Amino acid sequence: MLNRLRRYSVENELLYLFLHSRVAQLAALFAVLMIGGAALAAWIAPTNPYDLTSFDLLDSLLPPSWSAAGDSRFIIGTDDQGRDLLSAILYGMRLSLLVGILSITFASVLGVSLGLIAGYLGGRFDAFVMRIADVQLSLPAILTALLIDGIARGILPQGHHDDLMIVVLTVAIGLSLWVNFARTARASTFVEKNKEYVQASEIMGMHPARIMLVQILPNIMGPIMVILTVDLAVAILLEATLSFLGVGVPPNQPSLGTLIRIGTEYLFSGEWWIVAFPSLTLVILIVSVNVLGDFLRDALNPKLR
Amino acid sequence: MSSLLEVKNLTVSIPSRFGEFKAVDSVNFHVEPGEIHGLVGESGAGKSTIGAAIMGLLEHPAIIEKGSISLSGEELTSLDEEQYHQLRGNRISMIFQDPQTSLNPLLTIAEQLIETIQQHRKLDDRAARSLAIQLLKETGIEFAEQRLDEYPHQFSGGMRQRVVIAMALCTDPQLIIADEPTTALDVSIQKQILSLIRTLAKQHQVGVILITHDIGVIAEITDNVTVLRNGRIIETGTTPQVLGKPNKEYTKALMAAVPRLDNRVERFLNIVNDDKTIEGESSWQVEGASADFAANWLLRGNKEQRKASTTDNPRILDIQDLSVTFGEKNGWFIKRPGLKALNNVSLQIQRGEVLGVVGESGSGKSTLAKAIVGLVPTSSGSMQFNDAFLPDASKRQRTHPARQEIQMVFQDPYSSLNNRRTVEAILTEPLTFYGLAKKGGESRRIVASILNLVEMPQRAMLKYPHQFSGGQRQRIAVARALMAQPSFLICDEPTSALDVSIQAQILNLLKDLQSHFGLTIMFISHNLAVVRQMADQVLVLRRGVEVEKAVSETFFNSPSAEYSQQLLRETPSLELLTAP
Repeated sequence: MLNRLRRYSVENELLYLFLHSRVAQLAALFAVLMIGGAALAAWIAPTNPYDLTSFDLLDSLLPPSWSAAGDSRFIIGTDDQGRDLLSAILYGMRLSLLVGILSITFASVLGVSLGLIAGYLGGRFDAFVMRIADVQLSLPAILTALLIDGIARGILPQGHHDDLMIVVLTVAIGLSLWVNFARTARASTFVEKNKEYVQASEIMGMHPARIMLVQILPNIMGPIMVILTVDLAVAILLEATLSFLGVGVPPNQPSLGTLIRIGTEYLFSGEWWIVAFPSLTLVILIVSVNVLGDFLRDALNPKLR
Repeated sequence: MSSLLEVKNLTVSIPSRFGEFKAVDSVNFHVEPGEIHGLVGESGAGKSTIGAAIMGLLEHPAIIEKGSISLSGEELTSLDEEQYHQLRGNRISMIFQDPQTSLNPLLTIAEQLIETIQQHRKLDDRAARSLAIQLLKETGIEFAEQRLDEYPHQFSGGMRQRVVIAMALCTDPQLIIADEPTTALDVSIQKQILSLIRTLAKQHQVGVILITHDIGVIAEITDNVTVLRNGRIIETGTTPQVLGKPNKEYTKALMAAVPRLDNRVERFLNIVNDDKTIEGESSWQVEGASADFAANWLLRGNKEQRKASTTDNPRILDIQDLSVTFGEKNGWFIKRPGLKALNNVSLQIQRGEVLGVVGESGSGKSTLAKAIVGLVPTSSGSMQFNDAFLPDASKRQRTHPARQEIQMVFQDPYSSLNNRRTVEAILTEPLTFYGLAKKGGESRRIVASILNLVEMPQRAMLKYPHQFSGGQRQRIAVARALMAQPSFLICDEPTSALDVSIQAQILNLLKDLQSHFGLTIMFISHNLAVVRQMADQVLVLRRGVEVEKAVSETFFNSPSAEYSQQLLRETPSLELLTAP
């Protein structure tokens, strides 16, 4: 198997570099473990933190199992409600990743299409889109997200609010991250549209939409993939920040951010594990996704090698 | 006494994940003071690697595996980085290909020259300055005192290359390595720079290694020449002997592939063909596909078009007073005249004829092509195609019949094919787009047949463009143009990015297509010798203005315009050798 992979890697540059980079392999291992754990949370978590009958207030604030007062049922301890922290983290990570991936998909679709059209058409449309992007860049991402969240809270009826929170979060984070995609797509489109294969399609009289989708888009995917991975980390972080500030997901649905927020209240009374483990999870998740993004950037850009 | 530079058994290898690759393999040659030694070969021959090895500038994975390089008796391969630093720019200097990038645009010529002089010689500012002025004068720069304090952008391309040469000379080196010193320049300037190198080499008794792919340049100025192929020496000797009476098959084939100014050949014969991929893949076949099928398909298409067209005017394209202006602003706030890239050019092309368009860079020859295919808007004048008015740029509808009948082959085969699509997808696109065939069995058969017609294996349709060499990619580009069953083909410098033997193959291919299918071709090139091989009629452009329009034979035998005569005179050619 490994030999087959080796042989294939002679032709595939990306695979070759991956097989020769310990850091990238390690990051990929962590990322796969965490994403896998999050996706399978419902099956592998010891308890279900949504199920109110599965935990007991008597078990609250138990330290990790290896310490003197620990309980072997709860490997890394419990929180103030008596919930198993490991289960809460797995479910929390699932929600964080879900929001992260959804919002980055939203941001990339919006950003790439605007950037592609702006880069290909140029002129007024380009100027218009890029000025909006400039304005967007001058606002901190967290501010944009807070703003949209605030507006949504005002508009949506109270009852629906909690159900729609994930959608609101996705839009809020997505709108603060689309600029990166738009700029990258536009810059790459500028380069590609002057190449002769695009001119050949123009001479044929091909429809501009088809030129953009069939000819240009596949050729600008490299840099966009890089932004995608790097910004995935940013999106997860933004979700955690918003939840930490209490404007993200509702408190009864644990995400990494809400877990950390709850944990900080107990930091000074000695229950360190409630904040430490969710934070550690977040750090490892972000670092491994970031390292993978950097690896992709270096591997796909021959100039940096 | 030993020679100035003695290269013995030099082997440079580059370890890679594909295994060890010998870029240079057991190469021997020597250079005497005042001698110009040419290293010639096609891409991948290892000529630039030899230059880098002598300069001690081999890039990371490449290493000198064995052999020796000695400069007047001193061994260079054993020097450490510090000692090499002393030597480089001092006893050996270099002239690079592109004068646009080899000078620092932020420093004046004076600063760059004087810095180099003082780096290697103990001279005060005034002495260094007067030496710099003297060198600039020597390299033929007028008003050297004033021009010394100007910035590189104030010099033209040829002038800049003169400055680079002055810089190479300023430390009084024993050896100069010139890597394609004239490739980026127009022919008229190329001639001047070459003769400058010639005289300076004699005067200063410097040995010059001239690396080039252009046999014309070699014939023009070198004393001795070494022909390289795949890192090995094929043949070496004095220039008239090697080029005039080559011994080896490869050298003969290389010479046969060089287009000549003095005569026109029907086909290039005995040219090298080492595209290995073509062999051994012929077993993969699409059912019923063959070059004959493609030929019939193209002829049938032509006949249908002929029937459909309402005119039997032999004139296929008629352009009257065409002008193209770039960057003209006639707005409320800004008024500026813009650049006239094309100024009142008129031309007529008869059906089945090849029109050669010739000019130096900036002459507007590519703009003319772009105006005809509708990529740039025209500012005045009219175009008639098949006796029907041909609207320009955005006014031409996407369904206009001319969009199918006029096809284009571009200069750079590396950017003219979409790297993310298979060859089959690239070639099928025009078929389905113009409704010539349905996707599936029919289109597959046509694609495979056309590939055969352009002498590519049918299996090529499964691969991606980056898996092919430049010449093969250019064949695919020609195939793409043929997919539309065109009657008029515009070739914009189709061979200038290719090696000579590949160029000869592509020219052969175009000639065959032209004679078989009666294609009308507009052939654009800066290389007069290539145009001579292709064209029936010649149009010379200069700064967007028509200089001369004539039948090819008359033009090459007795050009009437002064500019054309000058162009013909300055094109490096091989006549020198054949003359007794």
